[in-house]
Amino acid sequence: MGIRVNMEIKKTSLHKLHEANQAKFVEFAGYEMPIQYKTGIVEEHKFTRNHCGVFDVSHMGQLFIYGEEKLILDLEKIFPLDLQNLKVNHSKYSFLMNEKAGIYDDLIITKIDTGFLIILNAACKHSDFKILSGLLKDKYKMTLDEKRSLIAIQGPKSAKILDLILNKVNYLNFMTGNWFIYKDQKIFVTRSGYTGEDGFEISIPNDFAEELTKELLNNGAKLIGLGARDTLRLEAGLCLYGHELNTDKTPIEANLKWAISKNRLIDGGFIGSDNIVNQIKEGTNQIRVGIKPEGRLIAREKTKIFNKEEETIGEVTSGTFGPSVNGPIAMGFIDKKFAKKETRIFLEVRGKKHPANICGLPFYKKSYAKGVNQ
Amino acid sequence: MSEVKFSKEHEWITLEGDIATIGITKHATEMLGDIVFTELPEKGTSVEKDGTAGVVESTKAASDVYTPISGEVVDTNQSIVDDPSKINEDPEGSAWFFKLKMKDKAELDSLMNKEEYDKFAKESAS
Repeated sequence: MGIRVNMEIKKTSLHKLHEANQAKFVEFAGYEMPIQYKTGIVEEHKFTRNHCGVFDVSHMGQLFIYGEEKLILDLEKIFPLDLQNLKVNHSKYSFLMNEKAGIYDDLIITKIDTGFLIILNAACKHSDFKILSGLLKDKYKMTLDEKRSLIAIQGPKSAKILDLILNKVNYLNFMTGNWFIYKDQKIFVTRSGYTGEDGFEISIPNDFAEELTKELLNNGAKLIGLGARDTLRLEAGLCLYGHELNTDKTPIEANLKWAISKNRLIDGGFIGSDNIVNQIKEGTNQIRVGIKPEGRLIAREKTKIFNKEEETIGEVTSGTFGPSVNGPIAMGFIDKKFAKKETRIFLEVRGKKHPANICGLPFYKKSYAKGVNQ
Repeated sequence: MSEVKFSKEHEWITLEGDIATIGITKHATEMLGDIVFTELPEKGTSVEKDGTAGVVESTKAASDVYTPISGEVVDTNQSIVDDPSKINEDPEGSAWFFKLKMKDKAELDSLMNKEEYDKFAKESAS
């Protein structure tokens, strides 16, 4: 018997459905994922903003960690969150950091009845698992669940459509979740997403993912690819791991201080807390900003940013055309003294410098909804 | 108007007298996806066969536009700069890119006719 190395590209449970909907595929984090379907990124983007898009995000990691009081205290040594006061079924955006507060990954952590559910980026999930099991010294049962798919449903019609299939899902508030029953299966639904729209993420056993997705499509939702997912999140001013976030960036530099629980800044005691407290006090050299080019020109990732004296002052980390903004948009890291809104900067694209302005985020106003019980 | 000719870089070209009209093919637009930005050469500039003469960007990526022949740019299509989505709608018609005053007619000989291009496009896509 030898070790079988599986080099094959992975496919999600919805792969056949993607094919049937004429998906164009790309390899992403070892998975063959739909970048777009027949109508293309711009149409898919707008459909999500105006109606309801369904995204296969099954490549993302679903990490279940089982435990009680001790687990909460141990996780507080890792995440900059007030997990003791986090209610069951409530979610928080956070990050896994190194000792210098460099970001290994950004994530959504939800307290569930048996412990925690953490949604991780596809490209990081296996290394995150190793880091976390090391930090937790294998004291708790941890499962990176490959038997469940993850389906996101996003857009102003999501609640109405999903409520037809999952009774009372509309009662969930933003950043909360609960277990629901679908075809006798336990599925976990959170009211969350990464598009700047109201929506839900559904963790469902693989064998039932296609059936549920088809029901969503039959009720008026449409499949949306990763291409539009990227333009949607960028318009919403949200960070993407590997672009805005990496181990050289801290949450303070990435302008994500809001995601750190205030009471955790007083005593620290989580990995990276020294540097975070220090950076809040002393400030950082660079900070993440929104950038709006003056013309239609698109400044992609790695575009160099200059001041009017032609000194390099930063770099673009994501740049695209925003279909709802109807113009080019970008995010990047820039020397703090140029980070003020409406500061004029210059982007070097194809050898020429083009004017742009620092702007507030998001580019497109968020419309997160509260549940009907608030 | 002359027969439409095609380049391996997925440009099309037609000729009226010594004025050539150049654009990108439908096949190219299908590969690119939604086009959201266009940059054209300036009127009066000279361009060399197979040299860069513009840029198109889709939501996904930027691509250079090459000129299949040499000549002087005598006209450009501002409407596709103002609304690049027109290129997806009518790439081989109203969404032409630029017009050149042609230098050397012999340069057309190396280009493909429709049948040859269709075959080339099909093979390069697979």
